[in-house]
Amino acid sequence: MKSDPGLYGYLPWDRRPQIRWPNGARIAVWVAPNIEFYELDPPVNPQRKPWPRPAPDVTAYATRDYGNRVGHMRMMRVLDQFGIRGSVSLSTAMLTHHPEIIALVLERDWELFSHGIYNTRYTYGLSEDQERAMIIDAMQRIREYSGQHCDGYLAPALSHSEHTIDLFAEAGGTYTCDLFHDDQPTPVTTRSGKRFVSVPYSLELNDTIVYVVNKIEPRRYGEMIGRAFDRLYAEGERSGTVMCIPLHAYQVGHPHRLAAFQRALDHILSHDGVWLATGREIARHYLEHYYDQAMATMREIEESTA
Amino acid sequence: MSLDEKFLSYEKLRHGMDHERYEWSMLERREPVTWPGNAPLALWINVCVEHFPLNPQSAGFKAPGNMTMPYPDLRHYTLRDYGNRVGIFRILEALDRHGFHASFAINGEVAERYPYLAQRLAEVGAELLAHGWNMDCAHSSAVDEQTERQWIRQTLAALEHLVDQPIRGWLGPARSQSSRTPELLDEAGITWCADWVNDDLPYRFRTDAGDLVNLPLSLELEDRFIINDNLHSETEYADQLIDAADFLLAEGRERGGRLLALNLHPWVIGQPHRIGQLERLFEHLYGLGDLVWSAAPSEIIAAAGFVLEGSGLGD
Repeated sequence: MKSDPGLYGYLPWDRRPQIRWPNGARIAVWVAPNIEFYELDPPVNPQRKPWPRPAPDVTAYATRDYGNRVGHMRMMRVLDQFGIRGSVSLSTAMLTHHPEIIALVLERDWELFSHGIYNTRYTYGLSEDQERAMIIDAMQRIREYSGQHCDGYLAPALSHSEHTIDLFAEAGGTYTCDLFHDDQPTPVTTRSGKRFVSVPYSLELNDTIVYVVNKIEPRRYGEMIGRAFDRLYAEGERSGTVMCIPLHAYQVGHPHRLAAFQRALDHILSHDGVWLATGREIARHYLEHYYDQAMATMREIEESTA
Repeated sequence: MSLDEKFLSYEKLRHGMDHERYEWSMLERREPVTWPGNAPLALWINVCVEHFPLNPQSAGFKAPGNMTMPYPDLRHYTLRDYGNRVGIFRILEALDRHGFHASFAINGEVAERYPYLAQRLAEVGAELLAHGWNMDCAHSSAVDEQTERQWIRQTLAALEHLVDQPIRGWLGPARSQSSRTPELLDEAGITWCADWVNDDLPYRFRTDAGDLVNLPLSLELEDRFIINDNLHSETEYADQLIDAADFLLAEGRERGGRLLALNLHPWVIGQPHRIGQLERLFEHLYGLGDLVWSAAPSEIIAAAGFVLEGSGLGD
């Protein structure tokens, strides 16, 4: 085990290249709906139990199934209203279990990126070969179903190995959503040396973390989104920032939560200079225009302080 | 290091669900439901009337609210019992003020211990639901079939003399089910259950015997979940429910009838500092007038187009 993941160098907030998003936008906002399948009775990973109660954990399973039966269409209507295209963190098993939902996603020209096969299959304990096979399998499923190249990865249930990001880069991926170290994209070092980046996802504004882990009230979630946006928008004048809102239809899609969320989007969309992007678009823009500069700045800082 | 091949094999990867209990179906792809009087919103108020034994066995898992301290956990035992002595009567008054009807999901052992309360609830209730024997009788694979069958029978026997009609509805303690519970419910004459919280409207639920209907009783919107699990204030509780009601009402106007399933625990919402916020919620719902159809759960299931009769839909 390593004491540092070794995935990125130090790039202080006051030494950033001046990022400008397309059309001079100062903030890139992307919304990442997780479209997930959780199994009722999966094989139990030795390091992490899927459910708190003995199988079948009817409550935990049904809670998530609510998103697929009820939440997604409701959430999509809200995003449609604001012209927001989602970047879908996809349990690729959904392509087979519930293609009706994926059809709605593709009609809207949303991006699909990989979130593994099932959100009840964790990376823990997989050999490198097994993990590689799983990563490639999920990417192929996306390609075969949608024709999209899978550019991004959020490991299933945020479960990782030391090689997760190396393997995804080697398989042809462009960006990871698994790192929470920054409010801008950053270069990520992988063993293949490919040009690969982190696109900021978010735990702090992730509805599941907000509602389930931090137990935040729905109206306050709306306030948090507004506050985060206001700050990132202001700072984006100096150098463009990224704000991600990760969603789960089984959380934000409940009737006591959507109105407050809608007000938060309304606040964001009342501003000029907001680039409504997808994860892939942010990664590409950064790779093309700022990746080399960021690498050079990191080298300079390293050399000047060595 | 590697895992067994089963971790990368997906035997239930197929169209639809990964089990046989119900058909995959999206709410908005179904025929819209019309409630009586064309009300956009049906209101189901359910009150759980529960007994938490002082000496829990906790087979399988502990239902929320169960004892947590070393024996004898007097603090939690008595705080739960508060609901049956005091809190429930505050809820009854609040219901009465606005003419709302509630169903009561009663643990069989409550009826045995407090016949006065059980009779009172049977008189004023829109419907009684069997709520398992007590809150320590969670249904799970840790319990054998015979025990589970006996809990169900014992519960129904304790409740059935209270009402003229047989009891048809079931809510497991903590919405618990083992893999065989639905079959055992069907066998006992239950026709619908409320345990699966995966929808906003009722749907057909398969058992190896006859079919049941599942009428989801929202967990996310229940008092215990919001106040005890999420630690939100009573004011926030009412705000969230008001937001939910308004949202569902608007959706119901556009897309067919919706249901607000409001689950209450007298030991939670019946506390003196909280009951006023339940009353505020009731006032809001009452103020919506004819837009809200307050009904018994069996009426809601019937209005949604399901026929409940005999000892199971498929019999």
